[in-house]
Amino acid sequence: MEQVIMNNLNYPILSTVIFLPVLGALLILINRRSWETLTKWIALGTSILTFIASIPLFTHFDKTTHKMQFVERFSWIPNWNIYYFLGVDGISVLFVLLSTLCAILCVLISWTAVTNKIKEFYIAILLTTSFMIGVFCSLDFFLFYLFWEAMLIPMFLIIGVWGGPNRIYAAIKFFLYTLVGSVLMLVGIIVLYLYSGKTFDILTMMTKNYPYTMQIWLFWAFFAAFAVKVPMWPVHTWLPDAHTEAPTAGSVILAAVLIKMGAYGFLRFSLPLLPEASKAMTPVMLTLSVIAIIYGAIICLGQTDLKRLIAYSSVSHMGFVTLGIFALNTQGVEGGILQMLNHGVVTGALFLSVGIVYERTHTRLIADYGGLATEMPIYSSFFMVFTLAAIGLPATNGFIGEFLILLGGFAANKWAGVLACTGIIIGAGYMLWLYQRVFFMEVNPKLHGLVDMNVRETIALLPMLILVFWIGVYPNSFLSFMHTSVQHLLERVNSGGIAQEAQIAKNIMEVIR
Amino acid sequence: MANMELQWYHVLIPFLPLTGFIINILLGKEVTRYKAHWFAVSSVFGSWLCSLATLQDVLGGKIIDADLYTWILSGTFKVGVGFLIDPLTAVMLIVVTTCATLIHIYAIGYMHGDTGYYRFFSYLNLFTFCMLMLVMGNNFLQLYFGWEGVGLCSYFLIGYYFNKKSAADAGKKAFIVNRFGDFGFGIGVFMVFLTFGTLHYADVFANVSSIAGKTVNFLGLNVDLPTLIALLLFCGAVGKSAQIPLHVWLPDAMEGPTPVSALIHAATMVTAGVFLVARCNPIFNLSEIAMNTVAIIGALTMFFAATIAITQNDIKRIIAFSTCSHLGYMFLACGVGAYAAGIFHLYTHAFFKALLFLAAGSVIHAVHTNNIQFMGGLKKYMPITYAVFVIAGLSAGGFPGLSGFFSKDEIIWSAYASHSSVGKFVWILALAGAFFTPFYTFRLIFRTFFGEYRGGLEAEEAATHAHSSSHGSGHSSHGAGHDSHGSGHDPHGHDSSHGSGHDSHGGHGHGPHESPYIMTVPLMFLAVGAIAAGWVGIPPLLGGGNHFAHFLQPVVGHPEFHGTHAEEWGVMILSTTIALIGLGLAAFMYLRKTDLPERISKQFSLLYKILYNKYYVDEFYNLTIVQPTLKLANKVLVGFTDAKIIEGIVNGVPNLIGIFSQKLRRLQTGIAHHYAIFMAAGAVFIVALVILLS
Repeated sequence: MEQVIMNNLNYPILSTVIFLPVLGALLILINRRSWETLTKWIALGTSILTFIASIPLFTHFDKTTHKMQFVERFSWIPNWNIYYFLGVDGISVLFVLLSTLCAILCVLISWTAVTNKIKEFYIAILLTTSFMIGVFCSLDFFLFYLFWEAMLIPMFLIIGVWGGPNRIYAAIKFFLYTLVGSVLMLVGIIVLYLYSGKTFDILTMMTKNYPYTMQIWLFWAFFAAFAVKVPMWPVHTWLPDAHTEAPTAGSVILAAVLIKMGAYGFLRFSLPLLPEASKAMTPVMLTLSVIAIIYGAIICLGQTDLKRLIAYSSVSHMGFVTLGIFALNTQGVEGGILQMLNHGVVTGALFLSVGIVYERTHTRLIADYGGLATEMPIYSSFFMVFTLAAIGLPATNGFIGEFLILLGGFAANKWAGVLACTGIIIGAGYMLWLYQRVFFMEVNPKLHGLVDMNVRETIALLPMLILVFWIGVYPNSFLSFMHTSVQHLLERVNSGGIAQEAQIAKNIMEVIR
Repeated sequence: MANMELQWYHVLIPFLPLTGFIINILLGKEVTRYKAHWFAVSSVFGSWLCSLATLQDVLGGKIIDADLYTWILSGTFKVGVGFLIDPLTAVMLIVVTTCATLIHIYAIGYMHGDTGYYRFFSYLNLFTFCMLMLVMGNNFLQLYFGWEGVGLCSYFLIGYYFNKKSAADAGKKAFIVNRFGDFGFGIGVFMVFLTFGTLHYADVFANVSSIAGKTVNFLGLNVDLPTLIALLLFCGAVGKSAQIPLHVWLPDAMEGPTPVSALIHAATMVTAGVFLVARCNPIFNLSEIAMNTVAIIGALTMFFAATIAITQNDIKRIIAFSTCSHLGYMFLACGVGAYAAGIFHLYTHAFFKALLFLAAGSVIHAVHTNNIQFMGGLKKYMPITYAVFVIAGLSAGGFPGLSGFFSKDEIIWSAYASHSSVGKFVWILALAGAFFTPFYTFRLIFRTFFGEYRGGLEAEEAATHAHSSSHGSGHSSHGAGHDSHGSGHDPHGHDSSHGSGHDSHGGHGHGPHESPYIMTVPLMFLAVGAIAAGWVGIPPLLGGGNHFAHFLQPVVGHPEFHGTHAEEWGVMILSTTIALIGLGLAAFMYLRKTDLPERISKQFSLLYKILYNKYYVDEFYNLTIVQPTLKLANKVLVGFTDAKIIEGIVNGVPNLIGIFSQKLRRLQTGIAHHYAIFMAAGAVFIVALVILLS
């Protein structure tokens, strides 16, 4: 095939990465319930192995091509032309790595925090990891949909079983929102399947052109699924509830990886499959993004709950991501992808951090804190770094992403760029105010004698800290993955229009002659 | 000017302090602890030596413009981390490293015994690194990096005593107010990239003439492109250099320890805005509107800040308003095209203002209060501090022969002689400023060092207890700022007599005493600067060669002023006379007729109240921006839009969820089961559709 490059390693790396966690889950399943420590070590060992297995994706990736790499393709259900078809390109590869890293941190952070149904918990974590990676690697729409839906089951259980007091409400809300969106996407997939000659092969689908009206309908069908996941305004209200009630590991998975799938969906499907519709809908998407940025930021100022505040800040940050993607220029899209990664690192780390202190205090109310910098200085330093990354300070990863997005957004539409910039002012406001109320001022008497982070917790946060500065100081290690793929994507998006215009111009010239 | 390769000592200038920061922040708590200053001071001193070598290169006619590595690359956007070292940068390097070195040394004494000793020095090092990256950058993005970096360190250091709410508030306020300026600055940077396709100074300024007279559609308005870019960039300068209307953060920033005020809020960081305008002079020169805006904003800030300063009682806030005022002078100079005069004042101001702050710190160290009403008579207890304070005051007030005189005179002369249409207007304000500066400075000196000692912290505490009802809430912002040093030695204890670090200095009750040599020696060095630093810019009129302006000419050009020697003499004599009148009036009011100030303030109580409360700008912002935003967040978005409209009407799901969850609660174990049913239903749906449609 022209559009793909086979695996240049001598083993199926993507399948390995996807199914190692499943293997770990099976091991835990057959383990005795009373051997809890062994369960944890299996989970940790599996996630570390998975991460190590995924490293060649980083080191052996060919950055000079936009084609799909590490491809695996087998006929699966021949009757319906369904393939087991995996591959990654510059847009998806980094999210596979983020997912595998995230799994380790989730296991580490849950080590003492989760005390009931330990077996089931780690099985759920490992399965979620597996399915998430599957989503990012699938090149067959049926397979993609399978992973997309399957991932909901363990995630739903993580929130609903190990969550906070209001977990059932949050879990069902999460589930219903996602389901409604997914059903519409399913319809869209079937339409595409039929129109493109009964294939679920995404790469083949991309070679076809679809009528404009159909594109618009499909765009909104996909929008329903992806916008809920991002989440875009105004379908964001499931996120604060889900984040707040989920256990720490659940929040981290949600923030770091799961909500990236919406934005990834736009990049992988909406833009290349429906280029004309994507371009036509740009004003709507930019408007929604800007509203999300400002609305999400202002609403943070009114939050009294730590996790809820960070959840709403996600709405604002993901607004930046969609703004960048629909700027439809190199800086915007590359900034958007990088910001997805950044948001995963930073917000993931913030949720990890909140989990660390929640385990000690069992309260999420901001008013119950104060003066924590005196009691837990190391913890406070880590939290400060993540706070600064969240408000986009130069030399942290947040700056690079936000800067590229705003530059791209500004180039695409000056109003969008200028309005989005106000989000940065408010962002500094709510994050620094949060930091002040939790860490500065007089020590809240309830917090006296809290112990600082232990080694396990420090190890869980350290990779995120390193990534914050790595991406901030030398972003080219990551941006270089995207260049050719993004270039190809934008050519695809823009060529439809350009080709048409060229045709019209040619016609006019002929008439004049 | 010849180009030169980047040398190792150029690279070391910023990265030595960064190394110091990394060592202390990682090892400070366990290893370096109270020896933290070893790494901090030696790294900054090393930077100073490297800066001298660099100055030597630049004096030899060399210019360095080189990238270290490519920072961000995305499509056609490419920007590096790199250095531009030209005369302007060389001047800034000398200012920054000299002040930083002396202030680091001073801080060894001032912060002695503080529980956060290593933390303080690591922040100070980090600040120096960021400031040096700011002035050495060869592109707008690195400027922005340094810009935000120094803002961050300012945030850390203002809020250094973070257990105090007022300090934490002040740090946050400084950061957020600056973000308002950076909002414009950031958009300005975008505009530069969209216009020139690059952010490198050299490439931008080489093509700058191509945008002259061009208009651009910006948010529906057709505006002149150079004016737009210049004003957007100037927004950043207004925030960072505490100019009207974003000046409100600087007085509150005095919550930080005094060395911080001296280094960050007087000598270096706040002058970054002036540096920005001078650096971007090719853009500003294209727009008369932008130039006039710079001049007027500078002149107004200079005037209003000076009027506030004459009523304040907090020793550090007086000097802070003085800083605002002098920064206004610098912008005024840039606005009339006399960039070299502005940078010259930046350079002399760094010495005399850092000296004023450090000497004030020495006073606070002795009396443990910031309130000059409880000082007095310190001349005999602290002779060295007194002497350097007077030198700094004279220099700031423009006393002939001292540093401040030459730079201020050049600015006033430039305003008088410029072509600028607003030149005469700002000249009159500049003359008014020439009266106020010596007046408030010597009011401060006479109140602090003359008369009888009025008891320091103990007297103040007694007074606040006695007058707590009458002094009341109106002065709360002022009251909160008093003891930034008193509580500093031990963040847990408010009462300084419990502070462990105080024992070595002797508690109060024995009367105030002179500070140790580790503090006074840096003061003496700065005093030399306050006297003699300006001698490099003596105008030809007084027999000098004005070497400073010639040195900067390749970067900022030379304004063509019309004026006779007689006019020049006249302006100089006028401004000097006005300055001496200001000094004399201060002496009259605070040494002779000491009841006069009280009577005047009673006579003009409304005016006094307005000035004392800083024109109520803080209150105005609180009422129009802060409170409405918080109300919007709490009442509208959280309580109404999100909870009622989006949840209720748009989605209509909460009831549905309620029904589901009640049923599920009854079933308890059925969650997975139900999900399986949903999945099965979904699967049936897809299968049915595929079969039906195929």
